[in-house]
Amino acid sequence: MQCDLCILKPHQSHQSQISSSVHYLLVTEIISAADPKMKRFRFDLSLFILLGFCMLFSPAVSSLVISQLDRKIDLSSHIVRSTVSLKVENNGDDSVSEVLLPFTEKQAKSLAFLTASIGEGKGKAKGSFDSVPLKPVNPEGMNPKLTWYSVSLRKELLKGGSITLEVKAVYAQILRPFPEKITQADVQLVSFEESACYLSPYAVNVQLLTVKLPEPKVESYTKLDISKFSGSEIKYGPYENIAPFSSIPITVHYVNNHPFSVARELVREIEISHWGNVQVTESYNLVHAGAEITGEFSRLDYQARPHVRGASAFRNLVAKLPPRAHSIYFRDEIGNISTSNVWSDSTKTLLEIEPRYPMFGGWRSSFTVGYGLPLQDFLFLSEGKRVLDISFGCPMNEVVIENLTVKIVLPEGSNDISASVPFPIEQQSQETKFSHLDMVGRPVVVLEKKNVVPEHNQHFQVSYQFSNLSLLREPIMLVFGFFLFFVACIAYAHADLTISKSSSSYLSKLQWDEVQTAIQQFQNVMNRCLIIHDKLEASLRDLSRTGDLQTCKAARKAADSTLKELSKELKPLLSFLQSSSQATQLLPKVDELVSKEKELQEKLMLKHSTVTDSYEKKSGGREIENRVASIQQKISVLRQEVDDLLEVIDI
Amino acid sequence: MAAPETPPTSSLRYAFGNVLSIFILLLIGVLAFSIRLFSVIKYESVIHEFDPYFNYRVTQYLTKTGVYDFWNWFDDRTWYPLGRVIGGTVYPGLTLTAGSLWKILNSLNIPLSVETVCVFTAPIFSAFASWAAYLLTKEVKGVGAGLTAAALLAMVPSYISRSVAGSYDNEAVAIFALIFTFYLYVKTLNTGSLFYATINAMAYFYMVCSWGGYTFIINLIPMHVLLCIVTGRYSSRLYIAYAPLVVLGTLLASLVPVVGFNAVMTSEHFASFLVFIVIHVVALVYYIKGILTPQMFKVAVTIVVSVGLIICVAVLAVLIALVASSPTKGWSGRSLSLLDPTYASKYIPIIASVSEHQPPTWPSYFMDINVLAFLVPAGIIACFSPLSDASSFAVLYIVTSVYFSGVMVRLMLVLAPAACIISGIALSEAFDVLTRSIKYQFHDKTENPQLSAGDTSNNSKTDEVKMEKSEDSLKERSSRKNKKKAKDTEKASVISRIEQRLLVLPFEVSLIAIFLLVLLGAFYVVHSVWAAAEAYSAPSIVLTSHSHDGLHVFDDFREAYGWLRHNTEVDDKVASWWDYGYQTTAMANRTVIVDNNTWNNTHIATVGTAMSSPEKAAWEIFNSLDVKYVLVVFGGLVGYPSDDINKFLWMVRIGGGVFPHIKEPDYLRDGQYRIDSEATPTMLNCLMYKLSYHRFVETDGKGYDRVRHTEIGKKYFKLTHFEEVFTTHHWMVRIYKLKPPRNRIRGKTKKSKTKASSKRSGAKKNPWR
Repeated sequence: MQCDLCILKPHQSHQSQISSSVHYLLVTEIISAADPKMKRFRFDLSLFILLGFCMLFSPAVSSLVISQLDRKIDLSSHIVRSTVSLKVENNGDDSVSEVLLPFTEKQAKSLAFLTASIGEGKGKAKGSFDSVPLKPVNPEGMNPKLTWYSVSLRKELLKGGSITLEVKAVYAQILRPFPEKITQADVQLVSFEESACYLSPYAVNVQLLTVKLPEPKVESYTKLDISKFSGSEIKYGPYENIAPFSSIPITVHYVNNHPFSVARELVREIEISHWGNVQVTESYNLVHAGAEITGEFSRLDYQARPHVRGASAFRNLVAKLPPRAHSIYFRDEIGNISTSNVWSDSTKTLLEIEPRYPMFGGWRSSFTVGYGLPLQDFLFLSEGKRVLDISFGCPMNEVVIENLTVKIVLPEGSNDISASVPFPIEQQSQETKFSHLDMVGRPVVVLEKKNVVPEHNQHFQVSYQFSNLSLLREPIMLVFGFFLFFVACIAYAHADLTISKSSSSYLSKLQWDEVQTAIQQFQNVMNRCLIIHDKLEASLRDLSRTGDLQTCKAARKAADSTLKELSKELKPLLSFLQSSSQATQLLPKVDELVSKEKELQEKLMLKHSTVTDSYEKKSGGREIENRVASIQQKISVLRQEVDDLLEVIDI
Repeated sequence: MAAPETPPTSSLRYAFGNVLSIFILLLIGVLAFSIRLFSVIKYESVIHEFDPYFNYRVTQYLTKTGVYDFWNWFDDRTWYPLGRVIGGTVYPGLTLTAGSLWKILNSLNIPLSVETVCVFTAPIFSAFASWAAYLLTKEVKGVGAGLTAAALLAMVPSYISRSVAGSYDNEAVAIFALIFTFYLYVKTLNTGSLFYATINAMAYFYMVCSWGGYTFIINLIPMHVLLCIVTGRYSSRLYIAYAPLVVLGTLLASLVPVVGFNAVMTSEHFASFLVFIVIHVVALVYYIKGILTPQMFKVAVTIVVSVGLIICVAVLAVLIALVASSPTKGWSGRSLSLLDPTYASKYIPIIASVSEHQPPTWPSYFMDINVLAFLVPAGIIACFSPLSDASSFAVLYIVTSVYFSGVMVRLMLVLAPAACIISGIALSEAFDVLTRSIKYQFHDKTENPQLSAGDTSNNSKTDEVKMEKSEDSLKERSSRKNKKKAKDTEKASVISRIEQRLLVLPFEVSLIAIFLLVLLGAFYVVHSVWAAAEAYSAPSIVLTSHSHDGLHVFDDFREAYGWLRHNTEVDDKVASWWDYGYQTTAMANRTVIVDNNTWNNTHIATVGTAMSSPEKAAWEIFNSLDVKYVLVVFGGLVGYPSDDINKFLWMVRIGGGVFPHIKEPDYLRDGQYRIDSEATPTMLNCLMYKLSYHRFVETDGKGYDRVRHTEIGKKYFKLTHFEEVFTTHHWMVRIYKLKPPRNRIRGKTKKSKTKASSKRSGAKKNPWR
């Protein structure tokens, strides 16, 4: 591509507006002739031209000069990381306390992370970089389309002094897949646009740009005068003596099969339980933001040659969790996802998760990852307050999060809450969450941030006050609740819930109860009579077996006495039943039963005496049987009737 | 044993017995709940199978929008383009139960998800069901039998199969409602209390809300009432038990939208009204008998009988005419197939195609109720000695449910509680007799000093607890206060009385018999636990297989549904065979053409026709239905047998039932269903074959189908109107997209002709044009 023509140095040429537009047309034609794919770039180019044009009217910023500039842009993943080391010299008279860093509109939109650090002296000790604060500024008279950050120096830069500044910027989603739709068999090509020279309000003496690619495959790149493509690196420069605000647009169109994993939304909920656990729940809304797949997806091709058919797709994500993470789960709204693995050692826990299906370009998925962490690793006491110290970003490697919400759920009863995050965030608010057995709800600190990259994975602190007594609130509540329940049960069991004690139905029920009691006692007596009958019978059997007449008679005597007692017992019951109006239905049966029992008793006695008599007379067994037979028959009939009657009375 | 000598301790023991039985009940509840958790432990807390997914979705809607919106819910995600009025066509009991459970928990600030509540509803209600079984059996035969029945029901495999955690189906709560309604009926019958009668109507209402099986109740109870009347057991208690139930129950039942006027208009309910009339006539007769002299009564009878007969005949004639005028004789299809087991296979292939509507085999009886099958006859005999109103009800229940279970496998579920109750009675009676004879003889032996008590003492002590309970039950009916007064004196006598009346078995025989019974029970427990763990806890959306390198999980269904959920447009329509309709709407949240609620035969037949048509015709049918994706289930790669190719003949049959150009013989070679090289060309060219086997041959070079154990007939073919958009990891679900119609048709002169002809033929085949 003949892009050498379009080296734009508007500050040098001092073109009029017309010539610049001519130039613009020329550029457009050339580009469209060179490669129809590149048509879209013209707008960006025009922007640069416009930009340069505007710069003409901007006043000279300051007396600073960048004597040496070394810029490295790492394109090996879908997150673009640029590291710029600037050697700033003060050639003016006044001492300077801040260095301005401008970003184009496009850069600013996707700028996720920015730090600057200063190395004192002349770069002799490279390791001794101190990070310095950065703040967004809006210097007057500058192009409003640029976004400015200013690095405030700790020590003012005196005249003739120099300083080495290292600026790290991370851009998310600045790469554009091109073509935007690919089939399963295609590799993913992305284009990256930059300027070959560093956009700076200061003049640059020497500068160098290195672009690092993931693999040594490049579809096209802008070839400039001094550019070199070797291995997987493209080098632009060194360029010398470049005026402020110069811009040489370059485009790199290369193969990047790195997973473009972007979480449209991530909600991290960190719930602290003072019983010893920090529960982290992360709900992802993931998308593959690379080139969208079009046409067929063939599982066969994907399974046979996953690296050719489906090169840009990603199968899994690896999360680096803190050590001693436990109870890890990985699920989505329709249940558990079984494709996950965990490795753990003393320094970390590695969780490998596979979404339900391989993520091709444009495919979306959502899932939840949760894990518990030991409380003592993350909660500390300091100055009477409790401080939670836990990482902010997502533990997945190389995931860009468009909207991150971190919710810290503190235990119920916490107060005096404050949060400190080491980098600016969009919003901080508080809400209340009701969970197990809460009365007033748990305070929740909500932190929101856009465009989060792995560099944000730093620890942040939430401090609050919480008394240990509040910990016992819920158990005590439970104990009290159960206690009340049992008390209520006892009270219910002992309470008489009758509405009216004088109502006729209640009185009749009372009477009926009495009758029932009497009947039951009556039955009891009857049953005991029957038991005595049985004993008598048994004694007879014993007699026939052993011939021991004495014991038999003794049994008879005992039986007689008890039967008498029983009949005494029976009398008051019978009289009660006769007097009671409720028992009128039962009375005939009761009477019948009493008479039958009497009869039975008599017969039995008769039998008993007959048998004992015969034994005394020493008559033969056959003879006794004959004599008793008729009585026995009657006895059994009577016994049956008595039993039946007993059952009838049974209420 | 100690009772006669020391009455005070026995009262303590009485209280102890009560506490013990409550404790045992609690344990039974825990057992019933925890035996159903195998599915959660072995798999995960997830909704199972097909219908539960629909119930789950309805519950989600209910909890999201509230109960009024739920009644008016018109679901446009299913039966596209017809839609379905969910509020009016669904039995709301289950969803309302789980929904209110969720609401209560959330108002107590216990943040459980709707899914969790749904998953655990069934186990909770099976604990309730076993308690209800205790109550019912207690009413029939006493506490001992009640506890045994509850323990048996807690782990009966047949019920476990429908109520494992995650099996969120109507039956889960309906069985509880069924048993509880029966309990309240028997309780009313025993007490004659109007209070219980009212509660009974409420319980019946809950049952009507929960399950279509409520017709079983409303037919069984009238049958029992009729039986009581016929056998001369009419009493005011019977009247109180029945009349309020019919009046209140029918009124309440007609409040349920899905039943509505069916509660008075379909034949299923007529029996109850008929018996309602009969019981009033009988009550009147009894009343008149009371106020008239015998001679007058005879005269009155002749008059009333002659007039009554005429009226009855007239009413009957009107009824029969009404019923006969409706096409199904006023019976719904499922009920008809109950009365005539061959009905479904003759007339309704959709009912016949469901495997759970087939008659069961003998092994399935053994599998589902196990040893109870042997205990039931003994229990029936026990119910006859003595026969009370309650025990006659139990006998009637078991007899009818045995019949129904013989018609449909699904109704084994109704048999299971009956079998448990009857077996509980049998076991309890058997233990009663055996322990009593041991105890009796033990008595004898301790009285005779030549025998040492020795090892038997242990035995009889443990048996005593059981004895205690059975005695308890005899007197349970007397009120609480009386019991307190009377219990210390009466017990000893009762024991001896029973001792006398029943045969006493020899000591050794009783010991051996007890041992064998315990062995039988142990076998039952082992079988039930095995069934719960192995046979019935698979959620069927996740499959596992054990291979030499460990457990392998097949999660293809959810993979496909997850893909559909996230990577298609919200309003896209997905066509699949109706089995997967509920799951697609619930898990993928996409509109389906047909689903498991098989109410529209024509619509299902349309999908069946499309699946059995060649590609172009199928494309036209699907396109006219606005379908964007077609989902087929294919098990040929991994050997998953219940895939669409195996169900395909039903698609042909159901499709052919409505669209006669689909003929079953076209798909069969000499009456055999095959997909190998011998298969008919119609078979090899139909859409189902093509979608299932698209590029299948490239997996192993031969196209060997692991389900049918054969190489496929047509190996290399290309799809012209469909394109593969997703296939799951094990190829079990394949999703195809309809290609958009071609813009340009080559050959302008040809075009007009072919267009016209295709239109005509399309009109013939496609019912939607």
